[in-house]
Amino acid sequence: MIEARTNQQGIKYKLYRTGKYLARDRYLLLFALPGIVYFFIFCYVPMYGVTIAFKDFNASKGVMGSEWVGLKWFASFFSSVYFGRLLRNTLLLNIYSLVFSFPAPVILALVINEVREGTFKKSVQTISYLPHFVSVVVVVGIMRLFLQSDGLVNQALESIGLTTVNFFSEPGWFRPLYVISGIWQSCGWGSIIYLAALSGVNPELYDAAYVDGASRWQRVRYINLPSIKPTVVTLLILNIGRLLTLGHEKILLMYSPAIYETADVISTYVYRRGIEDARFSFGTAVGLFNSLCNVALLLAANAISRRVNETSLW
Amino acid sequence: MKRLKRLDTASDRIVYWFLVMSLVLFTALMLYPFLYVLSMSVSDGAEVVAKSIILLPKGFSLDAYKQLFETKTLITSYSNTIYYTVVGTAINLVATVLFAYSLSRKQFFMRNFLMVYMTITMFFSGGMIPMFILIKDLRLYNTRWALLLPGAISVYNCIIARTFFQSLPEEILESSRLDGANDVQALLRVVLPLSMPIIAVLSLYYAVGHWNAYFNALLYVPSVSLQPVQLLLRRIVIQYSNDLAGDNIIDVGKVYVIEKMRYAVIIVTMLPIVCVYPFLQRFFMKGVMIGALKS
Repeated sequence: MIEARTNQQGIKYKLYRTGKYLARDRYLLLFALPGIVYFFIFCYVPMYGVTIAFKDFNASKGVMGSEWVGLKWFASFFSSVYFGRLLRNTLLLNIYSLVFSFPAPVILALVINEVREGTFKKSVQTISYLPHFVSVVVVVGIMRLFLQSDGLVNQALESIGLTTVNFFSEPGWFRPLYVISGIWQSCGWGSIIYLAALSGVNPELYDAAYVDGASRWQRVRYINLPSIKPTVVTLLILNIGRLLTLGHEKILLMYSPAIYETADVISTYVYRRGIEDARFSFGTAVGLFNSLCNVALLLAANAISRRVNETSLW
Repeated sequence: MKRLKRLDTASDRIVYWFLVMSLVLFTALMLYPFLYVLSMSVSDGAEVVAKSIILLPKGFSLDAYKQLFETKTLITSYSNTIYYTVVGTAINLVATVLFAYSLSRKQFFMRNFLMVYMTITMFFSGGMIPMFILIKDLRLYNTRWALLLPGAISVYNCIIARTFFQSLPEEILESSRLDGANDVQALLRVVLPLSMPIIAVLSLYYAVGHWNAYFNALLYVPSVSLQPVQLLLRRIVIQYSNDLAGDNIIDVGKVYVIEKMRYAVIIVTMLPIVCVYPFLQRFFMKGVMIGALKS
């Protein structure tokens, strides 16, 4: 009897308390409402929509009414002629991007940090941000104009006696162009955070190193680098997660059927099959596979980093 | 403690100037592509087609720009971009600031739940196609809303804003509460005036995002009259279409101008942001800092 009454009191108390909270925080709730609705409609509903990867989506029946087909689309994708190529391109492009574009902002930050002239330093930094503020369409556009068959680069090649190169039709050029333009666009902006970390180093450390007779290189190696290591590792992990998702915006502007061999990645394939060919279920299945790869890579990178560095995202 | 005065050795000095020279080279690399495009857009037409320009313009003529601003497609696209940027950023600000503020109040009973609710969306998403289906189902397809509503709140920006609001001194809010202010008045009269820095950061991030966006428009807005200028740029410079020629018959004189117009469009598209960002450095550097701290 007593337990029953306490239980009832428990529930009543919780309701009473919730009511109190609702009243006290009613305006905060009002503020939060647009956000709650926004995330629900534009993030959680599509998350549910992913289930069409397991169904045969029919627009008239909607997401819920479409028939269940299990792993049919996944099987179809894995056994497809393109699967190997897509997987290889996606992984290689991302690994190359990561390996080559990661050091650039760090090195830039280290070099800028050594400079003493204030105005020069500031101007270099300001100019280095310029490519970041320009859109990907502009970056690829400028690249195309430079690398046209009669563009500057080919003119230069001709003038020293080499044959012209058709940069956007040769599969072998795609990856270097993608990575180099990526570095060009992002190294300035990326260096901001490392410069901030470097500026937090205790000057007494530098003085101590000077007294001990350390050369510039030794100073960098033993003071600067360790002080930014946590930042570097954290950003590395974050970048792994981000790279795999936005690649398609730039690749779509750079590729053409002639270079699908190296340029076609999973997300561009999703765009072609899923949107252009309107094969919604199939496209979603492939996209889901891509996301799962991302998550796996993120977890792996985090686990490695935890083992090596005691730094982790969570 | 006084800083020790450094006496550079000769090799030290050589290394130092080598570093400075590399930075100069680096800066040149950043700037050169843009200078080339600018030169090509204002040079004499014949020189452009002859591709004899390397850095500095040869001849001077603004006919490409004149022609550009007389083209209907450009005017429409540019106005669309301005519209999406202004209205979009306004929506972003209201939604993000309200949500971030509510998350920043420690006493808010839904705070932790909503943090998790929001952060999950950063890691998991439906993907391109479920989103596409949603846009169609909501009848936002081929409307302006398709470019204003998705992305209304960026989780990253929201977290930066929340961190900022949390850093405001408690006493100010306490005293306003003692004066009888409710949450709305506290926000409007006390918090917002103090929040100009974060509003500047958010505006910058969102505005640049809107200005430079092309993919969502490509997916959701097939109607040319609603498209932003980035899509026009894509047609002109990536797909090499002759859109800007309009209905004019292509004659020799016009060919030169069309080529120059490709370069001019690039300049025109990037100009507003390029002119503005140097003055806002203080703000976005602060934004990067707060974002990084949170990470």
